Amino acid sequence: MNKRIFLDPLFKNNPIPVLALGICSALAVTVKLEPAMVMALSVTLVTGFSSMILSLLRNTIPNRIRIIVQLVVVAALVILVDQILKAFAWEISKQLSVFVGLIITNCIIMGRIEAFALYNKPFPSLVDGLANGLGYGIILIAVSIVRELLGSGTLIGYQVIPQQWYVANGGFYENNGLFILPPMALIILGLIVWVFNAKNAKRV
Amino acid sequence: MKWIENIIEKIKPAFSKGGRLAFLHSTFNAFETFLMVPGTVTGKGSHIRDCNDLKRVMIVVVIALIPCLLFGMYNTGLQHYLAMDPRAELPGFFPVFWYGFLKVLPLVIVSYVVGLGIEFTIAQIRGHEVNEGYLVTGMLIPLIVPVTIPLWMLALAVAFAVLIGKEIFGGTGMNIWNPALLARAFLFFSYPAYMTGGKVWVVDGTSGATPLAALAEGTPLQELPSWTDMFLGFIPGSVGETSLVCILLGAAILLYTGVASWKIMISCVAGAVLIALTGDIPVHYHLVMGGFAFGCVFMATDPVTSPQTETGKWIFGFLTGALTITIRLYNPGYPEGMMLAILLMNTFSPLIDHVVVSVNVKRRIKRIARHG
Repeated sequence: MNKRIFLDPLFKNNPIPVLALGICSALAVTVKLEPAMVMALSVTLVTGFSSMILSLLRNTIPNRIRIIVQLVVVAALVILVDQILKAFAWEISKQLSVFVGLIITNCIIMGRIEAFALYNKPFPSLVDGLANGLGYGIILIAVSIVRELLGSGTLIGYQVIPQQWYVANGGFYENNGLFILPPMALIILGLIVWVFNAKNAKRV
Repeated sequence: MKWIENIIEKIKPAFSKGGRLAFLHSTFNAFETFLMVPGTVTGKGSHIRDCNDLKRVMIVVVIALIPCLLFGMYNTGLQHYLAMDPRAELPGFFPVFWYGFLKVLPLVIVSYVVGLGIEFTIAQIRGHEVNEGYLVTGMLIPLIVPVTIPLWMLALAVAFAVLIGKEIFGGTGMNIWNPALLARAFLFFSYPAYMTGGKVWVVDGTSGATPLAALAEGTPLQELPSWTDMFLGFIPGSVGETSLVCILLGAAILLYTGVASWKIMISCVAGAVLIALTGDIPVHYHLVMGGFAFGCVFMATDPVTSPQTETGKWIFGFLTGALTITIRLYNPGYPEGMMLAILLMNTFSPLIDHVVVSVNVKRRIKRIARHG
């Protein structure tokens, strides 16, 4: 049971390509691999722990004010993540800028709380939250690898494409500027959606 | 021609269902219908019969593009010799043309080989017939890029345009944007240093700016090439876009055969003139500079990506022209606006059609209500 809760959001019901949640930040923070990884980690932690905490509280929250309670919990966790990043990873925090704060509006978090955590025990909720965060992270990392490699020729800041290939050094190669621009993130994401749809269609 | 038919008939069984080479049936079909009248035609029923099928329409456009292509080759050679030494004697017509021919031909070959390769492969995978749509796109792409573009970049752009721009939407006739312009847009945003600015026209080590780029960098109008030169096309620029004479020749062919819409062309020029009146540069300069005329004649009139309604065509053309000059005059980021204007209006053309149709429906309902 727990294994299925963990694996399902990674592939079959991946939040970004299948459920189409959390697309906005997937477009915004995937120019470079490093910020994307940090973002993936942050979202994973926030979804995991907010799901767990709200699952613990699920029998005490009055139904009519549950959204406010959810927001308080999520916001507290997001502020925590934001402060930790500012304290220990200032450079990346600066790159991610407003998007860490905007984790609170990430549809995946509220979606999982509403759909799963309010009806399940704390541990499965934690697993579900973490897995959905990881599913989000996988897509983020896949997109950002393509974009950083082709757009900047680097991965996590290290030069991957040999320097002597570049035109400036007598070679033939040039970085593709389009991959740095947001439209290409959307196109890559579209291609990933295509792959997932094709795979899921076969399984049915 | 009988012998071609005989050969086709002889090898046909191998490509038919159950034949040895049946998996290549789309490829065979493409070549057969390219050479001959299709083997299967509808026998009865209320079909409109016309000799103009998709193939013939496409071929007409390609023929209309040939003056631009030939002139583009000559101009490439001319710009090369002028860049080497402006005062030297030109080595005569044929050496100049030959130099340009050798520069432009690889672009055409790469465009067709990559584009048709993808088209054939996808048709084969999907079991469709191969479409003729790429014949025109493949000719347009080399004409709207600078001749100095590296070939691998061109190949990448062609692949992008055909796959993402066309095949994903379902192939010829289903695309939202003009594929040739999409290829140019891909290059424009991917490798801006190779597409615009003062360093594009590097023919063997020397660089020159197109008149529009020079204008954007603040060169006064008096130092640009003369209006006559721009009209005739003896200026740096993308391969096919420089000569208004050849473009008008192409336009005449397209209009005479009825392939392109004169409404789009006229309203496009009208929109451009209207906005150009607000700027400092004389209006007639705008019409001969950059890709305006080429885009107006060959790209905006693309029957797939422009509106289908007649009123819609007027709106589409007018806004395309107006947007182009607006971008030229008031956006310091881009010296030329034709590509972006057409792509933007392509996006809106289904909406324009929708509005035109629903306005018409409303009008007629009102009329019925009045006359009761």
